[in-house]
Amino acid sequence: MSQFHRRALLGGAAATAAFGALPAHVARAQAANTVKIGILNDQSGLYRDVNGPGSVACVRQAIQDSGVAARGVNVEVVVGDHQNRPDVGSTITRQWIDRDNVDVILDVPTSSVALAVNTIVRERNKIFLNSSAATSDLTGAQCSPNTIHWTYDTYMLAKSTGGAMVRAGGDTWFFITADYAFGHALERDTSGFVRAAGGRVLGQVRTPFPGTTDFSSFLVQAQSSRAKVIGLANAGGDTINSIKQAAEFGVTRRGTKLAALLMFISDVHSLGLETAQGLVCTESFYWDLNDRTRAFTQRVLPSMPGGLRPGMGQAGCYSAIMHYLKTVAEMGVPAARASGVDTVNRMKAQPTNDDAMGEGTIRPDGRRMQPVYLFEVKTPAESRGAWDYYKLLQTTPAAEAFRPVGEGNCALVRS
Amino acid sequence: MDEIFGIPAPLLFGQLLLGLINGAFYALLSLGLAVIFGMLNVINFTHGAQFMMGAFVAWMLLHYLGIGYWWALLLAPLIVGFTGVVIEKTMISRLYKLDHLYGLLLTFGVGLIIEGLFRNQYGSSGMPYRIPPELQGAWDLGFMFMPVYRGWVVIVAIVMCLATWLVIEKTKLGSYLRAATENPALVQAFGINVPRMMTLTYGAGVALAAFAGVLAAPIYSVNPQMGANLIIIVFAVVVIGGMGSILGSVVTGFGLGVIEGFTRVFYPEASATVIFVVMAIVLLLRPAGLFGRA
Repeated sequence: MSQFHRRALLGGAAATAAFGALPAHVARAQAANTVKIGILNDQSGLYRDVNGPGSVACVRQAIQDSGVAARGVNVEVVVGDHQNRPDVGSTITRQWIDRDNVDVILDVPTSSVALAVNTIVRERNKIFLNSSAATSDLTGAQCSPNTIHWTYDTYMLAKSTGGAMVRAGGDTWFFITADYAFGHALERDTSGFVRAAGGRVLGQVRTPFPGTTDFSSFLVQAQSSRAKVIGLANAGGDTINSIKQAAEFGVTRRGTKLAALLMFISDVHSLGLETAQGLVCTESFYWDLNDRTRAFTQRVLPSMPGGLRPGMGQAGCYSAIMHYLKTVAEMGVPAARASGVDTVNRMKAQPTNDDAMGEGTIRPDGRRMQPVYLFEVKTPAESRGAWDYYKLLQTTPAAEAFRPVGEGNCALVRS
Repeated sequence: MDEIFGIPAPLLFGQLLLGLINGAFYALLSLGLAVIFGMLNVINFTHGAQFMMGAFVAWMLLHYLGIGYWWALLLAPLIVGFTGVVIEKTMISRLYKLDHLYGLLLTFGVGLIIEGLFRNQYGSSGMPYRIPPELQGAWDLGFMFMPVYRGWVVIVAIVMCLATWLVIEKTKLGSYLRAATENPALVQAFGINVPRMMTLTYGAGVALAAFAGVLAAPIYSVNPQMGANLIIIVFAVVVIGGMGSILGSVVTGFGLGVIEGFTRVFYPEASATVIFVVMAIVLLLRPAGLFGRA
């Protein structure tokens, strides 16, 4: 909260100072031509490196790359730290919308927070561009005409990584699940694929979130179930600790496989290739995927915190803001600010295209569609330089990667 | 396979052992807290950050200077202990005459600042730190696979706890310390430099936290919030054991590690809360804690 207040105050002070220097009519014109983006994510906890300040850097890059300033559109950014708590996230969202005239809530990792924000944004008819939360309920039972789910979701992760593990012979599973909306959704979606492929789920253990650092008890329980695959339905620092401790307890040496159902490149960097090698993971972005992603990475790298390469959540923020600002420039600021639903519909009506995430489309239920990549983490010998971590195993076309539009139980697309 | 309460016995033994290992960390950390509170009457909320610093200094020694685990085990506590001495000299020593609350607020603030600085510099994912080659591998105990390193942690923790207890209860230095807590003016009158003793006590308590941090580095991800996750639990341990009681904090540390371990089998969702439930019950029945003097 303190960070949010401080940043909001600083932003306000800067804005006041800027207006103070301008003649009154220019200032009024600028205010009328301003859209305001609120980046709400984890600035201080276990998900900080997979979104946090890196998302802010990517958004600022998008504002620059979009060139909307030349077309008279002024963009303001505020940043908030939701500390992975739905109550904190809801309070910031309400303040931003009701008091600070924020138009777009962006990023919002931690599915429990994202679902709370989803409801508030819909009530106020603003825009919610979600990049970093995973629950597929955002385009399923809880879908909203004000929301676009941009980067990944539990269904696509489950199908890509889970499907690959089952095909490789991993037909019995035990889940270590973070005990909140995201973990539950990821476990549910993955179990669906395992069972559909003829496999069995032998058990699961729900780990308190946040605040679990020792996973050894859970790993030993998983091991004693004799499952062939231990599915890690968690993320960020939890995934890192799980994998590190699984190596310590020799889980993989006994032939059991680990399925890191949601893993980011910063997790691999933290683990080191020695520990992470051979793991497979699913992402919708990798900095070294093609010329466009490399060009994007080169541009944003100087402003990334601590030399991190952008991960998919952060690249998704870039992509979402590129598309949003393009739409705003076409509609004009007053029209784009008037109704969240109208702007989102306009965004859905045209394809997305940017350096980070390539080409994509947005479905009526709010799901953004793009190809999905299954990677394997390289061995230390295979890696040729800093952050050279992934080799591409498989590309799933958008139409096959995500949940079919009719199966999500979303009210927007029910016939 | 034999079962106890519907859980296979081997699994239960495994959890008992894992609980003891986690308890070793709780004991080491709460020991430092108990020493500082017992002697200085300061509730050291910077302890979690100092635990984290221990792990980070170990990582820095390896990363920047190529100094490995064994030297880190000695150097990191000294380095972090020295920062503790500086904090005590410049800040905490000014608060001895005031209410406990001031020390708590100061150390809490300092802890937040340290964590924030590390977070800005190193992010949240943490740094890789490998188990030293001499302690890699594992024993197959039949009922579970026991990493050598975790066995090492338990043994070292027990030795450290015992050594600290001996120093304070059985040596001349310890008797000075205990006397200075009771009546600093009288001890000073005997020609003993009480302020310096306080400073060194704080430094030693901090060094204990850093030592635990180095032990933790190969197991947990070395990240800025690793201490914040533990410190609240460790405070509960100290409160349950009895504020300032060294024996109490050690016994409670191991005991609660085991209780938490069992909760992870029977009702994993509650494993983060069970320690606080125990704390509430103990405070209701024995407000001074299990080993505290009312």
